[in-house]
Amino acid sequence: MKGNNQPECIDNSSECIDEKREMKSPLRTDNAAKHIGTPAGRVDAVDKISGHATYIADLKVEGMLHCKTLRSIKSRARITSIAIPELPEGYWIVDHRDVPGVNRVKMIVDDQPFFAEEEVHYIGEPILLVVGPDREEIDLILSTIQVEYEDLDPVFTIDGADALGAEYVYVKYTIKKGKPEKAFTEAVEVFQGEYKSGYQEHIYMEPQGMMGLYENGRVTVYGSMQCPYYVKNALVQGLGWNENRVRVVQTTTGGAFGGKEDYPSIIAGHVAFAALKTGRPVRLLFDRNEDVLCTTKRHPSVIRIRSALNSRKRITGMEVDIRLEGGAYEGLSSVVLQRAMFASTGVYRIDNVKVSGKVLRTNSVPTGAFRGFGGPQAIFAVEMHMHSLAEHLREDPVDFKKKHLLKTGGSTVTGGKLRERVLMPEIIDRVLDMSGYRKKVQAFHSKSDSKHRGIGISLFYHGCAFTGSGEKDKIKAKVKLRKLKDGCVEILVSNVEFGQGTMTSLRKIVARTLDIPLSSIVYENPDTDRVPDSGPTVASRTVMIVGGLLERAARELKARWHTSNELEILTRYEQPDYIEWDQETFSGDAYPVYSWGANVVEVEIDPITFAVEVRGVWGVYDVGRAIDERILRGQIEGGVMQGFGYATVEVMNSREGALLQSSLTDYAIPTSLDFPRMEIELMENPFVYGPYGAKCAGELPFVGAAPALAAAVQCALGIPVRSIPVIPESLLEGMESKEHAGTHAGSR
Amino acid sequence: MLWSVRWRIWKVKIRLVVNGRKYVGENDPMRRLLDLLREDLGLTGVKEGCGEGECGACVVFLDGRIVNSCLVSTGSADGSEIVTIEGFRETERYRVLEESFVESGAVQCGFCTPGFILAAEALLREKSSPEEEDIREAISGNLCRCTGYSSIVEGIWLASKKGKGLW
Repeated sequence: MKGNNQPECIDNSSECIDEKREMKSPLRTDNAAKHIGTPAGRVDAVDKISGHATYIADLKVEGMLHCKTLRSIKSRARITSIAIPELPEGYWIVDHRDVPGVNRVKMIVDDQPFFAEEEVHYIGEPILLVVGPDREEIDLILSTIQVEYEDLDPVFTIDGADALGAEYVYVKYTIKKGKPEKAFTEAVEVFQGEYKSGYQEHIYMEPQGMMGLYENGRVTVYGSMQCPYYVKNALVQGLGWNENRVRVVQTTTGGAFGGKEDYPSIIAGHVAFAALKTGRPVRLLFDRNEDVLCTTKRHPSVIRIRSALNSRKRITGMEVDIRLEGGAYEGLSSVVLQRAMFASTGVYRIDNVKVSGKVLRTNSVPTGAFRGFGGPQAIFAVEMHMHSLAEHLREDPVDFKKKHLLKTGGSTVTGGKLRERVLMPEIIDRVLDMSGYRKKVQAFHSKSDSKHRGIGISLFYHGCAFTGSGEKDKIKAKVKLRKLKDGCVEILVSNVEFGQGTMTSLRKIVARTLDIPLSSIVYENPDTDRVPDSGPTVASRTVMIVGGLLERAARELKARWHTSNELEILTRYEQPDYIEWDQETFSGDAYPVYSWGANVVEVEIDPITFAVEVRGVWGVYDVGRAIDERILRGQIEGGVMQGFGYATVEVMNSREGALLQSSLTDYAIPTSLDFPRMEIELMENPFVYGPYGAKCAGELPFVGAAPALAAAVQCALGIPVRSIPVIPESLLEGMESKEHAGTHAGSR
Repeated sequence: MLWSVRWRIWKVKIRLVVNGRKYVGENDPMRRLLDLLREDLGLTGVKEGCGEGECGACVVFLDGRIVNSCLVSTGSADGSEIVTIEGFRETERYRVLEESFVESGAVQCGFCTPGFILAAEALLREKSSPEEEDIREAISGNLCRCTGYSSIVEGIWLASKKGKGLW
């Protein structure tokens, strides 16, 4: 059996990066582990626990140079001059003049340069690299480079950019369903609210890093990434070369969460251009501070929702207005906005609705992909809106929400049809039971003591895989299975393991279908010279889409198993016939299927410090079917924890385009002491087109966490929570104004 | 500036015992122990996650005490005995922790994992049958972004049961 996550030799002349080691996984003899659902020992676990796993910072290559980036200290300015001191021998400067092809990073919109040319648009924008053998010398050279700027007028906020007009709007969309105008004209009452969310930083534990090599007319880039072909395509464009001359190899990746979807393409370019110029291997590693300051963040949002109510106090129409901060470059923002808009009415049936959305351009660090991809902002807004509206009507939030639920066969905000069984009523009943919600709500409302205790519920869903017809029109995934002489089967896909369990889950699907032991499946870190483009490792698509293709390929391989000792099967994505989608009007099936869930969170809030303590967490999820229950539990617990961080301690602000939090000391993420163990249940609801019934699971748990916690805080204090993160200072302010309003009302 | 360059290259002899083997080398006494271990000795199981003592990915044992090696200068470590994950993984206690971490699903991206293993060892040395609160307290200096911690807590608890008599 081949080593699992060590790259092959870097080239034929140099040594292997790491000695080949036998994989010591406990799976080797475990034939039962391939069963769907049953937990298998993760194939990558032992190498990671023992410290053998080789991340990009752990590679050692003969003659390798280091580099560091000179970055803009201005949020918007024209560069008038750059004075570079005389360089010691063996040191180089690499800038936009060293980009042989197009100085634009390939993304959905190619607006971001690898290196700034005449102008800079945010603090931290890369201007040039200093490359050389000694890191201290590099720092010294960087400190002596003088850049002169001529300031231009920057813009920093969503409102500020919005006021400046079309030039500051990257994209703007509208969705209309039914007759929203009529609903509002005929409304007995209109209820409205504005909901805000801030930045979130990924804090994958392994900071970003890449290494580039130039040899025999080819560039090879190794690094920490989610999407080897995004990186390859960016290099092809930046180098202006034929794609045969570019190779990308993923190294063991220490967490990603969307943060290694788009950004790695930029630094892959940097090391490639540096390797080309110097003729030596060049590695770029970020320390935590640089990583936090320069890489993408979750989009801050301002969402306004208005609901029209009839005389029976039911919602007859809704208007949602979504504004996201895109930062200095558009990148992936248009699709983030689309997902936010498609999630904007949540799990509710709203027949008459208008959703408008835009992404604003500011002179701040670009925002990009982050677990949930627009969904978390939209679901937070609609869940808090529904909760507050129920309280306003003096109804129980759960009962009020249940009256408006989407049902099997129902129509989504884009007019798509829900073909899967919608288990929301069962999910809600179960989570209420598990958490003792009803009794606790009563007890907390009757308030026998001075403690601020509260309980909140969130209902949510997540559209699985790429938005709209993206899989068919843009990604066009291909997967390969190769039967080897020794009876082993190799998975050849471009999807990566970054902690979420891909290597184990995809192996299980293939092993189960072929009915061979898990240890007979080979799956190495993707190398674009060896694997076809099965798309990026994003959008919770890997198990459902890529796993589905692998299941098909394995069936075909099984049918032909005895025809030859060596076989190769290639399978291409085919869109299920039922999907109808119009990307121009945003109408039809925005996603092939949805995963669903409900969370309950119980809190106690300190009456003096207003610190929020979470006392209990419950979750019920329908993800179709779990391929591996333990891996799924890890996704749920980790996703919810990250969502709690987003809702509470993860405060990131900027002043005049400069981030005020840039390290793990001032940007806190949850620790083992901050939140309790959660109780989880799954509801099986197999999806016919998913492998063994699996739907999406990676992002869903994140989406529901913040609104459940915020609803619990609202219940505990009796003040509206309209923005996250929820911080003690804002709760204190809210309580003061509530008391003030109370006294004021009493004096009338 | 030249002065600072000269100051930076001032070196002294540093003696350490690392994973049972003697090390003697000329070092800038202000250099981080983390860099010496990773760069000179190739002990890359010691990870750098933050460089400021917040994340615990770089922890090692220094004379039996668990420390963040990014916050220890080689000058102050002179004469001490260091154990990293590379040394600890040769022990029976490690084997039990490894098995328990696999079983509880405590590993996802893995970057933080060697640090958690050493934090677990530090706890179990002090308290061989810890309660959940003890475990949560003991690992609170290590950050993990993937798991939400419960599976790590369970892994350490499992190890304390499986490894009865080892600690």
